[in-house]
Amino acid sequence: MSILIDQTKRVLVQGITGREGMARTKLMREYGTNVVAGVTPGKGGQEVEGVPVFDTIQEAWENAGPIDVSVLFIPAPIVKPAALEAIAAGVRLLVIVPDRVPIWDVLAISKAAKEADARFVGPNTLGVLSPDKGVLGMIGGRAASARSWFFPGPVGVTSRSGGMTSSTAYYLAQAGIGATTLVHVGGDAVVGLPHPEVIKLFQQDPDTKAIVMFGEIGGSQEERVADLIESGEVTKPVIAYIGGKAAKSGTRFSHAGAIIEGGRGTYEGKVDRLRSVGATVVDAFGDLPAATKAILAGLGL
Amino acid sequence: MARLHEYQGKQLLKQAKIPVPKGRAARTPQEARQIAEELGGEVMVKAQAWVTGRAGLGGIKKASNPAQAEEAAQHMLGLKVKNFVVEEVLVEQRIEIAREFYAGVIIDDAAQQPLIMFSSIGGTGIEEIALAHPDRVARMHVDVGTGLLDFQARDLVRRTGIGGSLQLALGNVLVGLFNLAQQYDARAAEINPLVQLTDGSLMAADCRITVDDYGVFRHKDLGIEIAREYDRPPTRLEKIAYDVEAGDYRGTFYFIQMAEDFARGDGYVGFHGAGGGGSMMSMDAVLRQGYKLATFVDTSGNPAASKVYRAARIVMASGPVDGYFGSGSGVASQEQFHSARGFVKAFLEEQIDVPVVIRLGGNSEDRAVEILEWLNGWVPAPVEGYRKDDSPDYCAERLHTLIRDRTLIEPRPRPEPLHTGEPGLYQFETVTGGTITYDHSICLNCSTKVCVKECARQILSLTDEGLPELNISREEAQKGRCVECLACEVDCFFKGAGGGRIVLPIPGLPEYLQETRS
Repeated sequence: MSILIDQTKRVLVQGITGREGMARTKLMREYGTNVVAGVTPGKGGQEVEGVPVFDTIQEAWENAGPIDVSVLFIPAPIVKPAALEAIAAGVRLLVIVPDRVPIWDVLAISKAAKEADARFVGPNTLGVLSPDKGVLGMIGGRAASARSWFFPGPVGVTSRSGGMTSSTAYYLAQAGIGATTLVHVGGDAVVGLPHPEVIKLFQQDPDTKAIVMFGEIGGSQEERVADLIESGEVTKPVIAYIGGKAAKSGTRFSHAGAIIEGGRGTYEGKVDRLRSVGATVVDAFGDLPAATKAILAGLGL
Repeated sequence: MARLHEYQGKQLLKQAKIPVPKGRAARTPQEARQIAEELGGEVMVKAQAWVTGRAGLGGIKKASNPAQAEEAAQHMLGLKVKNFVVEEVLVEQRIEIAREFYAGVIIDDAAQQPLIMFSSIGGTGIEEIALAHPDRVARMHVDVGTGLLDFQARDLVRRTGIGGSLQLALGNVLVGLFNLAQQYDARAAEINPLVQLTDGSLMAADCRITVDDYGVFRHKDLGIEIAREYDRPPTRLEKIAYDVEAGDYRGTFYFIQMAEDFARGDGYVGFHGAGGGGSMMSMDAVLRQGYKLATFVDTSGNPAASKVYRAARIVMASGPVDGYFGSGSGVASQEQFHSARGFVKAFLEEQIDVPVVIRLGGNSEDRAVEILEWLNGWVPAPVEGYRKDDSPDYCAERLHTLIRDRTLIEPRPRPEPLHTGEPGLYQFETVTGGTITYDHSICLNCSTKVCVKECARQILSLTDEGLPELNISREEAQKGRCVECLACEVDCFFKGAGGGRIVLPIPGLPEYLQETRS
């Protein structure tokens, strides 16, 4: 099994006629994702990569059938109305790819999602990929690359950095370790499915035997994962790397959302907290595959 | 995040009908004196700098008369407070404080909701106060749909033990503060201290408002120069870089100047990463080799080749570095040959004379490395490209080796293409103000026509005479159909006749280079 995406999910692309929308629809289709419709207001009636384009999501739903997931390739300033449209239409999972979405807009999307029992990945996410099943967003860039880089296996991968989501899974694959699903939670301060939420999903997925987490300084996501391990809600082994050891306090390194705020979110704080509850934390990123291999061996895998 | 000065924050509070002391900002001592004269009586002179603990640093002074205000301003203006030079002082009426409170709105990332906090004790060290007196601090999450309702605000105040008319007045302040935070996309909005004067009325004595970088575009009235948080004012080069980023939405270009005033041989490297996490990891690899960073740069999110070009030009302008290092996550989803062309154009123009190591792992990495290494022989320095199976540490070691063994070559002279003037120049403009020119008298002698083959958007066709021209209108090209992939210059230079030229302006950079390199 996998989480969030597989071949059965019916996917819609919002902003399908734009530069990224077109390119990534091709990737998703070629990788096996069941893209059933696209939406761009004012461009209904066209086709992109053989996918019919509609003016509204309601119209897409009525003509192309029920939608499980919407992937948004929309300029940041108008993400909020687009996301609210998807939630109102009944879509239960959104993948919000663009970055620079204003934080108060994310709060509004979060409220609407909670009320409709919907979830969202991102914003500022590369997306989600389940090897050989499907991809949402842009992980891999091209279907042929995604196929050569990732294969199915027992590890769930969750990362706060887009590029490092692919990197982590690729270097694990080079060491012979496959993945159930890769999730880039998104680089912003407020994201719909942060590490703890993704890890809860991996905990419920029977095929995921261990969880690899690429964390970063700033925020409290990694500390909250430690809370879940401590409370017994997460029992599967967690192997983590925390990026940003060398970052100066107060300097923000990129849209990674890596801010050190008043002692909370520091490198040492995260590493110590995770280790204190029994998670494995490697000091060097290059040590992740070997550490994961050792954990899996301990599970008899 | 974009922080507002105290006086700017107070203007917003005033708009939200939260009383603030009378006063305004001054840029000169004379202006400070004039404001003090207008206000009459005792005034406070407060240095405007994004730091805490200004009083202890000599940044807050009481003045009994206009002459003292002028003197205080004279002392503060130009003063270096931590990393900031004070450019403005706030001159405002002195107030008689009877009691101090705290009010703040922040974003709770875990709850995905705004959080409002009120403390019946305010002033410096609010964090310690909150720990020591938890019963005096009340907080609640606010529904972004309904906003903070009057009764909720009053109830929050009541929980700290305050009732009656004071509760009512404080509740109004909290509602005003919350609305202001939401209206202005604040990441944080704090009034500390919120004070009760001896006459019983309330006033915001100081405030800190930070606007969400991504929301700044909605608030042009705030006049925020760079929507990013620095622990010091942005440098001139950072402003040049920010203008590039603001003018091109394709991908991200993030630039921090980490050092100034250094010399060749001091061990500074121009660092140019790709992606937040990959950049940090790659930066660590350079630091492990004993180098220091002149720049921290991130071009990612599928940037146009032209954006990487501009970034590389700005990195090279940052000072006499000993080497140039580029590396990201190693497994990029984007097509890496775009970045490679951006680097090549920049290094060729600048005739880079310090070693270059760029890790271009990810999609089309073989093609990207091939394009990058075309440079060898054409610039004085060695240039090496690497792929996803080459670790950042290995690449950093290579850079170190090249710097240590620094062997420069005499580059091949750039060939002088056969320009006869007939037929003439073919030109069109690009989306970021660039100009693309084909010298058709040179194109006439080209046997490869590589520009047409490699054009990313296939918007070029050959005329009957075999000359490249747009197969779309110039307007369409300028609106963004030409994505500035740079193939019609870079590939043309190495594989064609050299008739293609692209000029991509970087406003402010030529002047900057002229001044810093003379």
